[in-house]
Amino acid sequence: MDWQSLWLSGKLALVTVLILLPLCVFAGRALAYHQFRGKSLIEALIMVPLVLPPTVVGYYLLVSFGSESWLGQWLRDSFGIELVFHFSGLVLASILVNIPFALQPIQRAFEAIPVDVRDAAACCGMSKSKILTRIELPMIWPGLVTALVLTFSHVLGEFGVVLMMGGNISGETKTISIAIYDSVQAFDFDAAGIMSLILLLFAISALALTTSLSRRMGGQHERQR
Amino acid sequence: MMLVRLLVLLILLGGGTLGFARAETVTVAAAANIKFAMEDIARNFEQSSGHKLRVSYGSSGNFASQIRHGAPFELFLSADEQYVNRLQDAGVVQNNGVIYAYGRLALVAAKSSPLKLDNEFEGLRQLLKTGELKRFALANPDLAPYGERARALLQQADLWDAIKDKLVLGENVSQAAQFAISGSAQGGIVALSLAVAPQFRTKANYLPIPEDQHQPLAQRMVLMPRASAAANSFYQYLQGDEARKVFADYGFSLPTKAHGAP
Repeated sequence: MDWQSLWLSGKLALVTVLILLPLCVFAGRALAYHQFRGKSLIEALIMVPLVLPPTVVGYYLLVSFGSESWLGQWLRDSFGIELVFHFSGLVLASILVNIPFALQPIQRAFEAIPVDVRDAAACCGMSKSKILTRIELPMIWPGLVTALVLTFSHVLGEFGVVLMMGGNISGETKTISIAIYDSVQAFDFDAAGIMSLILLLFAISALALTTSLSRRMGGQHERQR
Repeated sequence: MMLVRLLVLLILLGGGTLGFARAETVTVAAAANIKFAMEDIARNFEQSSGHKLRVSYGSSGNFASQIRHGAPFELFLSADEQYVNRLQDAGVVQNNGVIYAYGRLALVAAKSSPLKLDNEFEGLRQLLKTGELKRFALANPDLAPYGERARALLQQADLWDAIKDKLVLGENVSQAAQFAISGSAQGGIVALSLAVAPQFRTKANYLPIPEDQHQPLAQRMVLMPRASAAANSFYQYLQGDEARKVFADYGFSLPTKAHGAP
């Protein structure tokens, strides 16, 4: 059992969630409240990672951020940022791949807030930030938790991207799914079995949680009508 | 399709060697390090025999694991002996096969890399001192024979502790080679058979590591119980002069003929 890899995957999932969720709150809010030209195009683009094979993401990250590319060289020479073979590269990959998983539930939750509630809040002279913290966030939290759980579990299972641009460095890029793969190759089915079971139990509980939450959100819908 | 079949049949009849043997497809699992040599050998065999080969390349460990779980390969060419022996212990192969080639290692670096290649690893030592060596690629030493030998080599040269934290590990030696010359790493130790391939030489320099510096990489192949007659004839072909010449061209040393044959 490779605890270091499990911890690394957890850390990767946590960092991804912490960066992605705040971004998605603002993006989801903007998409939910405003109608503008090209909105459907943007929404379609956001969905691309859902249907894109992870190896494709890995390939593009390799060629765009590797030391051979001008972008990779510029990042390295100007800021000392190296992405290929580094944890930061995995974070970037995880963020890109998980945009739809995080944004969708949050956007739906914003869309479910009745317009008259927002109008009432604005009439009472509440500031924008106050509306967000006092009214919107409490109302969208099931969507937020769903986004969090989906993103978190999805990062834990990431394999293709990590295999392509990670380089299997213990404590840096050797995630739990890579550790499982390595154990199987080393004929160590006990270790692979334990790690797989942990991920399986996590996935089942995550799913149970999101299902019950989405039911709650559905319930809110019903009451509002 | 029909035409191809007819042609193949004509060749077979013309050849007369196989009489009315039907063209069959042979499913082969081969270690990543023999990829380029194997492509040449497969082409020659397909032309001379009329059979088709379907070769998968990957890490020996992964294939061994899959074969143990009933993967439908007929012939397995491993990067070392250990995996074949393990499969024999598990009772899923015909026998313990034969050694078809001895692998060699090479020190490689992208043409843009500051790493100087030499047999005493002085260039590597220098680069470690100056801190210019950020990443160095190997196949995973715990899983891939080529990685394991590379680790032993670095330990012998007293470089292991200094370089340990700089390593990026390929899932198999082919990926390690890709890492080594990606420019994201300053070099690596990979299979010589990959470094000498034309697709490689355009991007990177290499230096063969003397054979006496590491334990030999005896590459063993073995047939599965399901192997067809065509698979058997390919197994024989791989031990013949034509195939041996290709292996030699790609930097492999060769066993004396029929070495380890049952």
